[in-house]
Amino acid sequence: MNKTAEVIIIGGGINGCAAAYYLAKKGVTNVMVLEATKSIGHGGSSRNGGGVRQSGRDVRELPYAMYGIQHLWPTLSEELGVDVEYTQKGNLRLGKTEEHLKKLQTLASNAQAVGLDVRMVDAKEVKEICPYLSDEVIGASWCPTDGHANPLTTTLGFYKRALEMGVRFMTDAPVKELRKVKGKVRKVILQDGTELEGETIILAAGYESRYIARTIGVDVPMTRLIDECLVTEMQPHMFDIMLGTAGADFYGHQAKHGSFVFGSDSGLEDTTEMRDPSDVVTNSMTLSASCRAIMGYIPALKDAKVVRSWCGWLDMAYDGVPFISPVEEAPGLILACGFTGHGFGTGPAVGLMLAQMVVGEETVVDISPLRYDRFQPVR
Amino acid sequence: MIDVQEKLKEIGPYVEMPDDDMLVCRCEEVTKGEIRKAVHEGIFTIEEMRRYLRSGMGLCQGQTCGKLVKGIMAGELKVPPTEIAPASSRAPMRPIEMEILAEDGGVAHE
Repeated sequence: MNKTAEVIIIGGGINGCAAAYYLAKKGVTNVMVLEATKSIGHGGSSRNGGGVRQSGRDVRELPYAMYGIQHLWPTLSEELGVDVEYTQKGNLRLGKTEEHLKKLQTLASNAQAVGLDVRMVDAKEVKEICPYLSDEVIGASWCPTDGHANPLTTTLGFYKRALEMGVRFMTDAPVKELRKVKGKVRKVILQDGTELEGETIILAAGYESRYIARTIGVDVPMTRLIDECLVTEMQPHMFDIMLGTAGADFYGHQAKHGSFVFGSDSGLEDTTEMRDPSDVVTNSMTLSASCRAIMGYIPALKDAKVVRSWCGWLDMAYDGVPFISPVEEAPGLILACGFTGHGFGTGPAVGLMLAQMVVGEETVVDISPLRYDRFQPVR
Repeated sequence: MIDVQEKLKEIGPYVEMPDDDMLVCRCEEVTKGEIRKAVHEGIFTIEEMRRYLRSGMGLCQGQTCGKLVKGIMAGELKVPPTEIAPASSRAPMRPIEMEILAEDGGVAHE
């Protein structure tokens, strides 16, 4: 086995696979992707609700979220040769109280200021957009260019296409540490002792990035949080839009094959502890709590049968937006982690920008606010 | 560690078989040929296969086809079926209406 590569990507999730694909597209095919588990996309990349949205995002993330939706998502299925089920029919963020509407108005104003088409709609217009919603909904924000896609096929689509273009993928290859050679991060040591060497190392391993970065003295301020989803049996076609709420009590959409995919919570997530990384066990209370939340907005789904629930771990950045940047004190290392539960929709744009960083191009939008060293002490 | 490119070389190209159009996953209508072909596209685990083709993702959650898919994948990958890990079992054990599930552990929505 050739133990060297021009670029080594740690993490076989959507960001890692997309970076590999865009590197190959730029002609850099001597790329090796390392996935800790046996399955590509084992982490958050396959455990999320599939939102491809701009509304509700932090303004620091909006430029590349918008770039991806304008330039990458529309042609992605064609490019990858896999149906990523991208559906751009808009996102309603629902409110049931005046307080909710105030919160939505603030989010909408912030997003409008950076050029996003998002506006407030009243109860009547909400019903026109989606007639199945509860009468308790008194208003919403509406972003017509938001949508959703299939996170499972998107992640595997990037993988499959990168593989066809010659990128090497190693699965069941957990990383133990990074090592510097003459002041530059070059070596990646696997837990089985294998030593790999690359010119550039991209670290996109979710929360586990923190342990790996620490081995060369870089700490990334993030915590982890469990998140649960459920899927129903196939239902007759009802709507194509993405739904979210101001109260953040549920989100979801109807997928192409007819099932509804929803995410929700029990409220006890903050204290759920990860015993080991393979620990992806759902909480016995969350599924029922999720059903209550969903029926509170879409009463028509009360007879829909739930066929499966699952969970995953989010890598929560200290201030809610990811770290996407080279690391000055560790030349050769590029960080891409801390996606805080909303990294799926930006995966293609992030992959493209990581590839640009590697080859020394300017990124398609300015992401300097996402530098790893943006934190200052409070006093 | 599994080197996907090396493994793909080792198992050789996908070769059509006469029973490729046999339905394996009845819920999601996935054929044997589709599963065999996906292996040669780099889909080596049941977890990936479910996500890629939806085999075992329907109403029965793979309770009917799980072992068949495993056998087909093992044959294609030239490994014993015991080396292919099954999919995670997840709640609920049987499909349950939201309204009924919602009654557990709290006040059901009216």
